[in-house]
Amino acid sequence: MDIRSQVSMVFHLDKCIGCHTCSIACKNIWTDRKGAEYMWWNNVETKPGTGYPTKWEDQEIYKGGWEKNGDSVSLKGAGKLKGLKNIFHNPNMPSLEDYYEPWAYRYTDLFEAPEGDDQPIGRAVSLITGEPIEIQAGPNWDDDLSGTPDYARQDVNFKHLSKAEQESMFQLERMTFHYLPRICNHCLNPACVGSCPSGALYKRGEDGVVLINQERCRAWRMCVTACPYKKSYYNWNTGKSEKCVLCYPRLESGQAPACMHSCVGRIRYLGVMLYDADRIEAVASCDEAELIDRQMEIYLDPFDPAVIKAAKENGISDSTIVAAQNSPVYKFVKKWRIALPLHPEFRTIPNLFYVLPLLPAMASVSEDGVYDSLSENLLSGVEKLRVPIRYLSSLFAAGNDNKIIEVFKRLHAVRVSRRDTTVKDVTETQLNKVMSEANMDIHEANEIFRLTSLATFEERFVVPAAHREEAIEMLENTGDVKGNTGFGFKMKPERGL
Amino acid sequence: MLNYLLFIALPYAALAVFIIGSIFRYRFMGFKVSSLSSQFLEGKNLFWGSQPFHWGMFFLFFGHLTAFLIPRAVIAWNGDPLRLIILEVTGFAFGLSALLGILLLIFRRLTNKRLQMVTNYMDVVVYIVLLVQITSGLWVAFFNRWGSSWFASTLTPYLRSIFSFDPQVDAVSMMPLSVQIHIVSAFSIIAIIPFTRFVHFLVYPVDYLWRRYQQVIWNWDRKDIRASRKHVYGERTKNN
Ligand code: SF4
Ligand code: SF4
Repeated sequence: MDIRSQVSMVFHLDKCIGCHTCSIACKNIWTDRKGAEYMWWNNVETKPGTGYPTKWEDQEIYKGGWEKNGDSVSLKGAGKLKGLKNIFHNPNMPSLEDYYEPWAYRYTDLFEAPEGDDQPIGRAVSLITGEPIEIQAGPNWDDDLSGTPDYARQDVNFKHLSKAEQESMFQLERMTFHYLPRICNHCLNPACVGSCPSGALYKRGEDGVVLINQERCRAWRMCVTACPYKKSYYNWNTGKSEKCVLCYPRLESGQAPACMHSCVGRIRYLGVMLYDADRIEAVASCDEAELIDRQMEIYLDPFDPAVIKAAKENGISDSTIVAAQNSPVYKFVKKWRIALPLHPEFRTIPNLFYVLPLLPAMASVSEDGVYDSLSENLLSGVEKLRVPIRYLSSLFAAGNDNKIIEVFKRLHAVRVSRRDTTVKDVTETQLNKVMSEANMDIHEANEIFRLTSLATFEERFVVPAAHREEAIEMLENTGDVKGNTGFGFKMKPERGL
Repeated sequence: MLNYLLFIALPYAALAVFIIGSIFRYRFMGFKVSSLSSQFLEGKNLFWGSQPFHWGMFFLFFGHLTAFLIPRAVIAWNGDPLRLIILEVTGFAFGLSALLGILLLIFRRLTNKRLQMVTNYMDVVVYIVLLVQITSGLWVAFFNRWGSSWFASTLTPYLRSIFSFDPQVDAVSMMPLSVQIHIVSAFSIIAIIPFTRFVHFLVYPVDYLWRRYQQVIWNWDRKDIRASRKHVYGERTKNN
């Protein structure tokens, strides 16, 4: 057993209102620079939709992630020989067109235009060439199912749905969508790290954040291909790749990452998970049907004395163990089992979990045209659900419908029990049936309700102390560097010749 | 006099600049060591330029290196005329592929507005020296044939004399102009490595072949802190 700690996340999809505040918070802090304008380390997609970059989920195009290879895994589109062979031209790398050409408007034209009969306009200019462009697309042009034939109907997950199921998703009465905010998953088996020929990418041992050493990156661009979530980006100006850093400077000072801090819907939770690093390979290479169950096994119970002992032996500090015990992620993922990873079949073992959106499933229209949002039978006939279960299982369960139904049962039970408490129109038999099917008691339902709806800042973000202050003293004699600006990288990020 | 300048002073100056400059850039300007790939901005033409250019250069470089390191083996191989012709034709083909590649790359850069935004004056220098180097090489190969044999008997001794700090320029000063241009431009390339994107071939990631796929880096070793074994006064712990 090799216990390590991992900062993990939960996003509650029923609560996301698709406001993009998270994306803007991230952009303002990290990617508002030349060469990074097109990057959205945090982006919010509408599902069904093609996402950003376009069709990122389609690994036939981008060849991201790992493939099962006997008892181990190998990279699909990168790796030792494949990577070095393709180093002069990487055939599976997305290019600017797959994202979008960033632009700004010439606002000064509006002010400086001479008086005349026509209204002046501020033309869009490319942030790359500075020339006027015709805007073709943006990173969220599939918002709220807009441009449906171009976007929603092209959704990559539809390949698992029958034609009839696909059609049903576009009928007015059955149409549904939900938002899918995405950041880097800080995976346990990161494909980006495995693919980097220069060894610039690494996972931090202390908290599992995956970073790119900007001084070692040589622009071989393999991580861009290898990350199946397309969360490593190439900065065309500096000639270095960049990715979500989980706001590690904020984490180290005990604050939540900016996207989470600013989240309007309060959908985001962050906490520590203890896991057994010895099992990573076995979990990543197990059969597709087992992927979720095996991933759940890798996370350990932070209250188990044996786990605590082994963690301490491995140098995990007491404050981190306490953080793991209070972790909201542990509760959602392991204790309550209502959060699933996105596309586990990419085999990177992602550490960002999604509480499934129940709303698109409920509110199916009954024969007589009435919306049925409360029924103990909601989940009795899967075909009655408003959203095809297959669609969600393709997103969150590698095609395993049962996993989705299990989660739905539990989420539904929480709702019915809350309705019983507040509206009081649920009969005892109805309640008991729903609760027993979900294998849940009223106490657990209340706990889930509390953390979902009423949680305070401190309950949503349990950031372990980083002990960075000790680290600095270990690395440097602080007296020697008194008066310096910092301990890290002090050069301007200028492009080389 | 000019011969001394071009074939003794230039090589030593070039090597000194190359060694000191590269170490400096790697050590203190790590952020600026990059291949500066432009595939993200334009990927289709890049394929037809970059692949033939790089593979051509790759094999030519190792061909030259072999002739420099083991000239006798090369001469022995060339003992049979058929094998000599195979070697020469292969070398020439790689030269042509590099030439076509670089021409396409130059064309691509000139015609694409996006690429002009990421082109600097040193890139122009790079293109010029590479063109001179490749064309002079092809010129030599075509008009002063069987270079793989005479290289070993005339140029290898010259290059070795440079590296053994006992420079002999007689042989090179008798060489035709095309060969001399090829030599001078080769040393110019070496000299400008630290100031151009050429640095990227010094960091070609061969170590990827034997490294583990996953990398985990601890900022400090928690176990050492917990056990306090290394807290010796006046001695710095080495945790990184
Ligand atoms: S999501 Fe992508 S970039 Fe992030 S750790 Fe996983 S493989 Fe790497
Ligand atoms: S800020 Fe929160 S609610 Fe708004 S889009 Fe982002 S994740 Fe959703």
